[in-house]
Amino acid sequence: MERHLSVDRQSMLAAETTTMTRTNPYRLAIDQLTIKSLELRRDIITMLVEAKSGHTGGPMGFADIASALFFHEMVYDPKSPKWPGRDMWFFSMGHMTPIHYSALAEAGYFPLKDLMKFRKLDGHLQGHPSCLDTPGVEVSSGSLGQGLSIAFGAAYGSRMDGHPRRVYALLSDGEHEEGSTWEAAMAAGHYRMDNLCAIVDYNNIQIDGHVEDIMGLAPLGDKYRAFRWNVIEIDGHDITAIIGALEQARHCKGRPTVILARTVMGFPVSFMFDNFEWHGKPPKPEEGDRALAELGTSYAEWSARLLEN
Amino acid sequence: MPQMKKTREGFGRALVELGRDNPDIVVLVGDLTDSTMVSFFAKEFPDRFIEMGVAEQNMMTAAAGLSLVGKIPFLATYGAFATCRCADQIRVTVCYSDLNVKIGGAHGGISVGPDGATHQALEEIAMMRVLPNMKVIVPCDFEETRKATLAAASIWGPVYIRFGREDVPCITDANTPFEIGKGNILRQGDDVAIVACGVMVHEALQAAETLAQKDVEARVIDLHTIKPIDRHLLIQAADDCGAVVTAEEHQIHGGLGGAVAEVLVRNRPVPMEFVAVDDRFGQSGNTVELMSVFGLTADHIVSAVNKVMARKTAKVY
Ligand SMILES: Cc1ncc(C[n+]2csc(CCOP(=O)(O)OP(=O)(O)O)c2C)c(N)n1
Ligand SMILES: [Mg+2]
Repeated sequence: MERHLSVDRQSMLAAETTTMTRTNPYRLAIDQLTIKSLELRRDIITMLVEAKSGHTGGPMGFADIASALFFHEMVYDPKSPKWPGRDMWFFSMGHMTPIHYSALAEAGYFPLKDLMKFRKLDGHLQGHPSCLDTPGVEVSSGSLGQGLSIAFGAAYGSRMDGHPRRVYALLSDGEHEEGSTWEAAMAAGHYRMDNLCAIVDYNNIQIDGHVEDIMGLAPLGDKYRAFRWNVIEIDGHDITAIIGALEQARHCKGRPTVILARTVMGFPVSFMFDNFEWHGKPPKPEEGDRALAELGTSYAEWSARLLEN
Repeated sequence: MPQMKKTREGFGRALVELGRDNPDIVVLVGDLTDSTMVSFFAKEFPDRFIEMGVAEQNMMTAAAGLSLVGKIPFLATYGAFATCRCADQIRVTVCYSDLNVKIGGAHGGISVGPDGATHQALEEIAMMRVLPNMKVIVPCDFEETRKATLAAASIWGPVYIRFGREDVPCITDANTPFEIGKGNILRQGDDVAIVACGVMVHEALQAAETLAQKDVEARVIDLHTIKPIDRHLLIQAADDCGAVVTAEEHQIHGGLGGAVAEVLVRNRPVPMEFVAVDDRFGQSGNTVELMSVFGLTADHIVSAVNKVMARKTAKVY
């Protein structure tokens, strides 16, 4: 697997970034994004049934946001993961690999069949993301509370170069209990990083229960505002709202933006809905069948689709 | 008496040289601009200098982010905080991703003096060298710190460089070779090898003078790079001398001595002694007093050599 090589500075700078169009390679419309969310959710259940371990609930709840980011908003080239003109995203919550990898595979970074080797020794998809193993992963993660800092650094460096890149920090609500998240929030507000957009998967769930019961986080919007951020609160399953918020974030100057996206763990599978027991376990085969039936397919059909592509 | 200069100034001066050569060099600091001597860089390159405040974890991971967009970030704070405070950030984000982050650890060792135990970094060699992809350099004087800093920028990947607070004797000069991973033999001898890093290199040279008066010829090795370690040089020294003493301003567990022992026990087991801090925290005092109380002087090295020579003669390994 390709290792990080020093980025060629010449190509980093203006020439290449302005000649190649900076646009999302798919730019799907709302109805197609809804279909893509559904496909991502089918991928997640199928790969987790096959892997027999991994996180189900969080990734399911994040599928609509991932759909909007990967198939409408973000600028990247799946055939050239290190293309210097790209936007950058950091899944700070490393356990979201099922949605991260499905999105990368659906976007064309690697074949869909690789998803069936998730968490296996002969695959390249580690349980938590490893940038030295998987194309499209910028940095390894899995220890919570570091992604906002990384995104801050990448945004700072991009701004130094006058690079038009946008940097996305994808955060969980649980990791706001980490002090380092707030160190980063403070720095990003102080340095007015308006090329930085954080998206919080605000599902009110962490491993031991509901976030508000474990360690009260509300009012999260007020906290970010106090740290000098632009705050947008949306329903994280409303694709129109997600796209609108991303657009608004792009136009906000002088402040970083955080999108607090209210999501439901396990969405929309009935028996996973808002249930913290689904944080870190995979569906058993029969649970997978039920979930996939609710998602309008079957394990046989969807695993065949993955293996053929 | 040799000229005295601060190793941290070698770091600070080298950053300016690097800054002039390479527009991608960026420096981050955690509210310690003057004492880490990144002030020279800050003055000449304000646009490439980032004040991170008292937030070392964020500084470490932000440096990782900067490296992802092609910058070569050097960050500076006290070694104790640069490593222990951010251990998880260094492990997961910097080392597991093999990012091009250069960590400057100031105020290494007991010689920091009056500030006391919290500020006297005595554990970071062990902490850093256990991490895959990390390189660890502990230079002995101003010039070597300068060269180590320049060299760190010229290779890919995470590097930890430790330097100290006080003026220390200048042992090397502009012409002394410096290559990461290649120790320097500063004095030839075949009776015992003294392997040292940081300020203990000077103590080792003084110990060798004392020993020479008693017809013990010590080979003095400046092992500035602890990882990757110069196996060849160490095995050769064990072969030629048959006894080894290590000397470091660090806890006795897991530092230079441990690293040297790991090489020798598997290749050329010979009697070894360790001059290091004996598994205890530091305390306030002046540098000279502390070095003596904590067993880190030329005299302590001489005693260790006498012990190891006795074992060598008696063939007690
Ligand atoms: C630093 C750190 N501490 C603990 C963990 C173990 N862990 C994994 S996920 C998680 C919290 C889950 O809450 P959240 O991040 O909101 O994820 P969700 O359950 O919503 O998917 C914890 C404690 C970790 N990965 N990193
Ligand atoms: Mg959560």
